[in-house]
Amino acid sequence: MGDAIVITSGKGGVGKTTTTANLGTAIAMQGKRVCLIDTDIGLRNLDVVLGLENRIIYDLVDVVEGRCKVHQALVKDKRFDDLLYLLPAAQTSDKSAVDPVQMKELVEHLKQDYDYILIDCPAGIEQGYKNAIAGANKAIVVTTPERSAVRDADRIVGLLEQEEIDPPMLIINRIRNHLMESGDMLDIDEITTHLSIDLLGIVIDDDKVITASNKGEPIAMNPDNKASLAYRNIARRILGESIPLMSLTEQKKTIFQKLFNFMGKK
Amino acid sequence: MGNRQNVMIKGTKDGFILKLNDQCGYDVLKEELIEKLSVQYKALDDDHVISAKIEAGNRFLTEEQSEELKEIVRSQKSLIVEEIHSNVITIDEADQLIREREMSSIAGIVRSGQVIEVEGDFLLVGDVNPGGMIMAGGNIYILGTLKGIAHAGCYGNDEAVIVASQMLPSQLRISKHLNRAPDLENNNEQETHEMECAYIDESEQIVVDRLQVLRHVRPSITKYKGGM
Repeated sequence: MGDAIVITSGKGGVGKTTTTANLGTAIAMQGKRVCLIDTDIGLRNLDVVLGLENRIIYDLVDVVEGRCKVHQALVKDKRFDDLLYLLPAAQTSDKSAVDPVQMKELVEHLKQDYDYILIDCPAGIEQGYKNAIAGANKAIVVTTPERSAVRDADRIVGLLEQEEIDPPMLIINRIRNHLMESGDMLDIDEITTHLSIDLLGIVIDDDKVITASNKGEPIAMNPDNKASLAYRNIARRILGESIPLMSLTEQKKTIFQKLFNFMGKK
Repeated sequence: MGNRQNVMIKGTKDGFILKLNDQCGYDVLKEELIEKLSVQYKALDDDHVISAKIEAGNRFLTEEQSEELKEIVRSQKSLIVEEIHSNVITIDEADQLIREREMSSIAGIVRSGQVIEVEGDFLLVGDVNPGGMIMAGGNIYILGTLKGIAHAGCYGNDEAVIVASQMLPSQLRISKHLNRAPDLENNNEQETHEMECAYIDESEQIVVDRLQVLRHVRPSITKYKGGM
């Protein structure tokens, strides 16, 4: 039996879909079988981020309404030899096309075939959110170092704590080093003590994440990028390895090192 | 039983006490009360207003019955019913009293969007995050940081207080009064907000002060009965 992990945030635009795509990719790279489910019915885009948009034939609503079998709707990512699959959301219906009971059945069914099921949750706390968490037994809350995002994350953590799932874990996304150092952004300690849940990882804000998403190649496939490394580290933590948090001050050190190198040359 | 008096009237310097027999039927009692009152007070002066207390003993009086008895006594010109005393209350009333007096406690975080309401005092071991709210009929004690809203004495108790280890609320409410956090002019304020209490002062304003002043402004908060 695999783990079903819902990736949620409350607020929109903090990077749930990007995180889902990259964690799915990174876990598959570790040799585990992963299935991604997009529950953002009506506003799907996990398929775009993964570059699988053109291969969709059936979707989540077709499965739930019995128009096809689950395995017919799953889109295989050919870059990962039989390890990464996507169950896309429907673009034509809305969130009420599916109910939590159906989602639970579906996830239970998929759990038998896959090691990890990542459920991409829509923004908000309405029907779509309820569908997304219905089948999950673990939860990841994504936030950014902004007050509004942390406030919504707090709300979501409160709601998740009332469900029968493991205590949620936190990913802080889109960290901008210079803002955090100057104190213009909430720092990591502030966020973690405020939300008081376990920190699963931090991801630095990088323009390449956006360009990679636009190309349909998750950044996690890129071997030398800080954001990519962050996602890979998080994936390994999900698999149970213990990996220290990435140091944010590294860039600062390199500047000093450059300076020392420069002085050393003289 | 025929001869026994169901209504006894005692005079004290504070007024009359009407002792009602708790072993007879209510209708019998009512009739006798009307009869006794009409006989006894014809001679009284009109000017004096005399207070009367009704002692119902072990009889349970519904609200309608108490109103009726009060009305009967009041209909005698110079009598005012001060109170009705009965040894019996309903289980609901008793439960209500218990709830109002007991301290409920929770260990955990009150997060954004969560509202906790209790009828008595409330002890929270943990934080109240912004957007979270605590309402209590009595006092609120927080072992943690108050960053959300706390409403003490929410059913109209001006004596209620709010205590927190870290007082950084978005709003404080006590009874019908409200106090908002000052708009931050500069984020790096030097003031500490540790171990503080909030209460309503003489000018009907919510003030926040050091925890140590609490026993002077609200001495009744001490329930400890041991030697000190």
